Amino acid sequence: MISSDPPFSTAGDETEPYPNATTNACKLCTPLGACLAFRGIEGAVPFLHGSQGCATYIRRYLISHFREPMDIAASNFSESSAVFGGGANLKTGLANVLRQYQPKLIGLATTCLSETIGEDVPGHLNDFAGSPEGAQNETPIVPVSTASFRGTHVDGFHDAVKALVQSLAKGTPESFPGHAPIAVLPGMVSAADLREIKRIAREFGVPLTLLPDYSETLDGPSWADYEKLPTGGTPVAAIRALPRSRAMIECGRTLAYRGSTAATVAKDKHGVEIHRIGLPIGLRETDALIRLLSSLSGRPVPHSLKLERGRLLDSWVDGHKYVFEKRAIVYGEEDLVVGLASLLAEIGIIPILCASGGKSGRLGDAILSAAPSLKGRCEIRSGVDFAEISSRGAELRPDFLIGSSKGYSLARKLGIPLIRCGFPIHDRIGGQRVLHVGYAGAQQLFDSITNALLERKQADSAIGYSYL
Amino acid sequence: MLSAAAKSISVLPARAASITTVGGQAPAALACDKASLAGSVTQRACAFCGSRVVLYPIADALHLVHGPIGCAAYTWDIRGAQSSGPQLFRNSFSTDLREMDVIYGGEKKLGAALRELIARHSPKAAFVYSTCIVGVIGDDVSAVCKEVAAEVGIPVIPVASEGFKGTKKDGYRAACDAVYHLIGSGNTADIPKFSINLLGDFNIAGETWVIRNYFERMGITVVATLTGDGRVDAIRRCHGATLNLVQCSGSMTSLAKRMEKEHGIPFLRVSFFGIEDMSAAIYAVANFFNDDVLREKAQQVIREELGALVPELRMYRTSLEGKKAAIYVGGAFKAFSLVRALRSIGMSTAIVGTQTGDSGDYETLENICEPGTIILDDSNPLELAKFCLEKDVDLFIGGVKERPIAYKLGIGFCDHNHERKEALAGYVGMLNFAKEVYATVMSPVWQFTPRRDADELFSIGAST
Ligand code: SF4
Ligand code: SF4
Repeated sequence: MISSDPPFSTAGDETEPYPNATTNACKLCTPLGACLAFRGIEGAVPFLHGSQGCATYIRRYLISHFREPMDIAASNFSESSAVFGGGANLKTGLANVLRQYQPKLIGLATTCLSETIGEDVPGHLNDFAGSPEGAQNETPIVPVSTASFRGTHVDGFHDAVKALVQSLAKGTPESFPGHAPIAVLPGMVSAADLREIKRIAREFGVPLTLLPDYSETLDGPSWADYEKLPTGGTPVAAIRALPRSRAMIECGRTLAYRGSTAATVAKDKHGVEIHRIGLPIGLRETDALIRLLSSLSGRPVPHSLKLERGRLLDSWVDGHKYVFEKRAIVYGEEDLVVGLASLLAEIGIIPILCASGGKSGRLGDAILSAAPSLKGRCEIRSGVDFAEISSRGAELRPDFLIGSSKGYSLARKLGIPLIRCGFPIHDRIGGQRVLHVGYAGAQQLFDSITNALLERKQADSAIGYSYL
Repeated sequence: MLSAAAKSISVLPARAASITTVGGQAPAALACDKASLAGSVTQRACAFCGSRVVLYPIADALHLVHGPIGCAAYTWDIRGAQSSGPQLFRNSFSTDLREMDVIYGGEKKLGAALRELIARHSPKAAFVYSTCIVGVIGDDVSAVCKEVAAEVGIPVIPVASEGFKGTKKDGYRAACDAVYHLIGSGNTADIPKFSINLLGDFNIAGETWVIRNYFERMGITVVATLTGDGRVDAIRRCHGATLNLVQCSGSMTSLAKRMEKEHGIPFLRVSFFGIEDMSAAIYAVANFFNDDVLREKAQQVIREELGALVPELRMYRTSLEGKKAAIYVGGAFKAFSLVRALRSIGMSTAIVGTQTGDSGDYETLENICEPGTIILDDSNPLELAKFCLEKDVDLFIGGVKERPIAYKLGIGFCDHNHERKEALAGYVGMLNFAKEVYATVMSPVWQFTPRRDADELFSIGAST
């Protein structure tokens, strides 16, 4: 559980240096997060209520990272829908998507436009249910309100997960027979991370419901034939059965500060036992997950995981000198930044600047509770853009950057390595396969960081040692 | 081999009229130029996108997106446009509207953002793009622009690009209207007679420089390039040129027409993609000026370029002969050029579609494509996949959104939109194109993909 210590003082948090303009945002808009979450549900089609431009931009953005098909439907507002309302377009759009895709779920997210003109989405959905096409429809339609002027893509992601639990997880535990699974709400991690979490749960022999799970829908095999809806994803039935879960683990330290999330809904409405931990990045944060799984499953930590942990520590010993007191700038989604900062602190690297475009107001508290040793040693900034990160970056003389590809221009300017992780990775292949979580993720991050620093050392050396 | 999926994907009834087959029975006029069907997962973007694409390459201007963050974030430096100098255009500036701005109006924030950014970056001009919600909250963007312009002494130009106002095409028009504010304000005294403006080339991967070089070798002065490697000062004086050359006609024709009307500058529509179209463009310019020396120089440029290119192309043609391609691009002129360029390396076009073509464009396509070619307006992933499978194509040419459709099915793909980083225009571009198509189609990886190699032992059944 998140420690309930009084918050550390976090001077520097919540700064807003340029109040009127954002230059090169370190965040994206809410519907993107919602679309990503919906793509993790089996047979789901994300649907944006608003103009088609948003859907198209979000598609191309997600496609550039995942390099997978990403169909997002939209109600395609025209000028008249902007004036008279988008009800008619929404109904036509839903009918067309049902007809063409035969989806198992439609995730309906609003956009800034439909929010601004005050669209009555529940009302439209009622009308649709009463229409000839709608009356025959058995596909659940899960609406979520995602006005971008109210948050970032991360908010959209979590709100969509919450909406799924709210509208689908109904009934009492008794109404769902069978194995009681452990539910994990992993937060916005990579496809490889999702697979890793499933693997760890398998090692404990516990049935798992992962929500969402885009490990296959957004990182699947090559096809023999066209799949309208990629296979994989959390089955709708599994979401319906969530009230039966033995326990629910929700990942994200800043997320845990929110009043209402998918987990609190499960707890308040269905009495599910919930546990809120950070993203399992680095040793301690992963330990927390392993400890939980061990106690929830009633099984000791499997030998294989102990070995993995042991090997990780062994490598840290081997490489500790190369990384000691190196200075890093970490940026990205708040919970990811917390996880990375905690990993860096564990290996002796100082995350001199931890920055995010998100603005929960809790980034500082979350970092210091995950990595108390960082107290007074790092600058924490939320709600920032890349202009701000760059101007601080130039003064702070970092040894490397760690975050999405959007930091590349800064890395290039400073002549330092960029360790790519998080989202988006648009200038490398394999963004969806970057592993952050678990001992295996910590291992990969450690190897990448250390090797990038060694490479830099070689490049800077006048001699060119091949034996370091 | 008609796959089960190709058969199972049905075309939405409301879309049927937007698809035709060359030489098919009773080809009614293709339905096009309409708003996208709701729920159709169109590959089209919005009016804002159109404006942004056209104006973005003006390198020494500030481009401020007035709206919530997404519209600006998704357009941050995604283009392949290059600048020989300033890099200001590659930033993503946004007013990043929040709830309070939406409730109380964003005018104050816009004014403050402009002042702040202009002070910080000293641009030559500023463009302010309106996005959807600005259109509905009713900010008076023009008034703010006017006020700030008077204060800071540079042009501050509103772009009426609210996304819902239409497709990319409507955005193109808004962009032309915006850029027109600059035209006519510069000194044209020293512009010679043999002078042109290049309209509708965006300097993707340096293409404007390639084209510019051909014309300069002919002794023609290029006054302004709109907007590839564009500069505010050059655009201000471009009304002094004798001729406008319009390459991406969809995006820039409205500006060319306006300059014809207001400044008496005629224009020629051309394309710089492929040998035939590039050569035709050069000759068209020489003929326009009707000067023998110029004609001689034009021939010389073409001779030099072709002399180097043709032998190299032959090798690629031998390998690619008989392969089939699908094309899905934004504008129709690009589609025409691609059909011809593919033919020059031995390939046929089995499917061709555009996001924004009009009925005249589709008639032209029917004329230049072989019987059996499928023509599509405003298509979507399911239709594209269906027809790729039906026609069993070897190559798909499109943009980022089309790429995964092709790749998932084990079909080669070449990027031909604004995000590409390889120059494809001009003679050197034709060579790059041939090389890329060759590297794509001839890669050994396709033989292992399930569509080509259905090895039972490794086939992936329904996932568990
Ligand atoms: S449709 Fe409107 S809101 Fe969406 S990207 Fe285009 S301008 Fe922005
Ligand atoms: S209007 Fe809102 S939802 Fe659409 S792209 Fe812009 S920020 Fe995102």
